Amino acid sequence: MDGVIILGVETATSQVGCALGGVEGSIASFHATRGRRHAETLAPAIQFVCAQARVEWREVSVVAVDVGPGLFTGLRVGIATAKAVAQTLRVPMIGLSSLDLLAFPQRHGTGLIAAVVDARRSEVFCALYRPVPGGVQRVTPARVCSPEELASELMAMGEDCLLVGDGAIRYRDVFDDARHLVLADAGFAYPSASSLVELAHPRAIREEFVQPSELFPMYLRKSDAEINWEGRRSA
Amino acid sequence: MSGGTTELASPFRVLGIETSCDETAAAVVVDGQHALSSVVSSQVDLHARFGGVVPELASRAHLELLPPVVAEAMVEAGLDGDGVDAVAATVGPGLIGSLLVGLSAAKAMAMVWGVPFVGVNHLEAHLYAAFLEEPDLEPPLLVLLASGAHTMVAHMAGHGDYEVLGTTLDDAAGEAYDKVARFLGLGYPGGPAIDRLAMEGDPTAIAFPRGMAGEGYDFSFSGLKTSVITYVRKHPDVAVADVAASFQEAVVDVLVSKARAAAAAVGAKGLVLAGGVAANSSLRERVLDACIADGLRAFLPSRSLCTDNAAMVAAAGWWRLRSDGPTPLDAGGNPTLGLGQPASHAPA
Ligand SMILES: [Zn+2]
Repeated sequence: MDGVIILGVETATSQVGCALGGVEGSIASFHATRGRRHAETLAPAIQFVCAQARVEWREVSVVAVDVGPGLFTGLRVGIATAKAVAQTLRVPMIGLSSLDLLAFPQRHGTGLIAAVVDARRSEVFCALYRPVPGGVQRVTPARVCSPEELASELMAMGEDCLLVGDGAIRYRDVFDDARHLVLADAGFAYPSASSLVELAHPRAIREEFVQPSELFPMYLRKSDAEINWEGRRSA
Repeated sequence: MSGGTTELASPFRVLGIETSCDETAAAVVVDGQHALSSVVSSQVDLHARFGGVVPELASRAHLELLPPVVAEAMVEAGLDGDGVDAVAATVGPGLIGSLLVGLSAAKAMAMVWGVPFVGVNHLEAHLYAAFLEEPDLEPPLLVLLASGAHTMVAHMAGHGDYEVLGTTLDDAAGEAYDKVARFLGLGYPGGPAIDRLAMEGDPTAIAFPRGMAGEGYDFSFSGLKTSVITYVRKHPDVAVADVAASFQEAVVDVLVSKARAAAAAVGAKGLVLAGGVAANSSLRERVLDACIADGLRAFLPSRSLCTDNAAMVAAAGWWRLRSDGPTPLDAGGNPTLGLGQPASHAPA
């Protein structure tokens, strides 16, 4: 699969992104951070990157998508679009986590990396990573918690840690208290579609695919109705 | 509407997608009239324990169910991957998270196949359900649309040319069924449960109020719901079947009398029944009787076409493509889209 061309779709945060990638990395990409108009923006953006890269649909051999965690509405627009493209082209898919995508560009550092996505309602989605040759390795499971919980956990660990993501920026006051916690540049606050196609490439070479029917979003949080229902039953 | 009509090649196959509420549906319709396939996957069981549709759960289910539903609709239509000439999807009204799943998938498919995308108004789609079974159906028509989310009488003067004459001021008819059924302990959804039980009851047993009778074409069902609850609390020994039958009689009475009056006022030649409540057996009977009495043609789509489905979306999409052309790919969903409002210019 030398000539593999990957379409990447990234809508887990307030950013809308898409990219085309191949063996040489990302070959065309689009990112819009303001507006949160995922459904309106995504399809024209995909057409735009295909046209810019002069890639025809029949050349696309894999569809990669950010499966979250993130904002539910944006995630669903991206996953519905990605699944439909893959199903229509009859090509396989690769699902990657938004937290992995945030940590990946920080792989050149030495200390701990905390990927932190704003989950709204005073909570964040987060996971911890360590740099390894060629990338990063996740060392804690992805979870949802309050920024205060994450901050005290990091302080207890006492290690230097780089925080990255829109959740880290939104709750910077919470993390500013600890001297060994450092915020990554705002330019890295959102998972990038370019990172998505770069990370998906080695997996595509190893044929680590899923079919559209086997790809699920990572919500990490139940719907309000289910939470209330369970609360009522256990009360 | 005013842009004139573009004749489409024949046969012209439209893949329709419907995800506005709790049905995930896909269908292939040829020339706006002949359904080659129509697949509906209902989420009723998923929402039953909550006594109503839970938006977040509905969105999650659509995302999972849509790909296999589309695949099944394509296979049933005998299409293997291509042969679709346009993709139509409901863009409103409905639950925004659910709408976005269907319209995002539809745009993606249209883009990959290189065919037009058409955004469809869900209410208009309900009107076009009748055209799938009555190809010679011709406006002007009076449409009575009653579902879990909507209740309205509209005058369809021509294709894409509607005037809403009356609408509900509070609960939709189907919503009243759900609420009364929940109160009576009949489960969810309420429509079929009450319809079944009403057959064993006396519709004249209790004189429930007819909301806004004789006051124009608008509806009100919340007072009826309240008086059912008050009555049952006062008469705990009443036969539930009589309550169900009397409640249903009150709903149907109002729906039919308003539709009749509206049909007479606009000089309609026919009356079309649409929406999930149009599957109700008593309503169908009474509409038929009224049409015979008034010399109107009655169009009662089969039950599977009354409830939410994608064949009606594909049919409405075919007409919209002819009159308005393709919908731009930057169209979004519109949860409050009204009948007659163009779907293709939906605001964010
Ligand atoms: Zn409907």
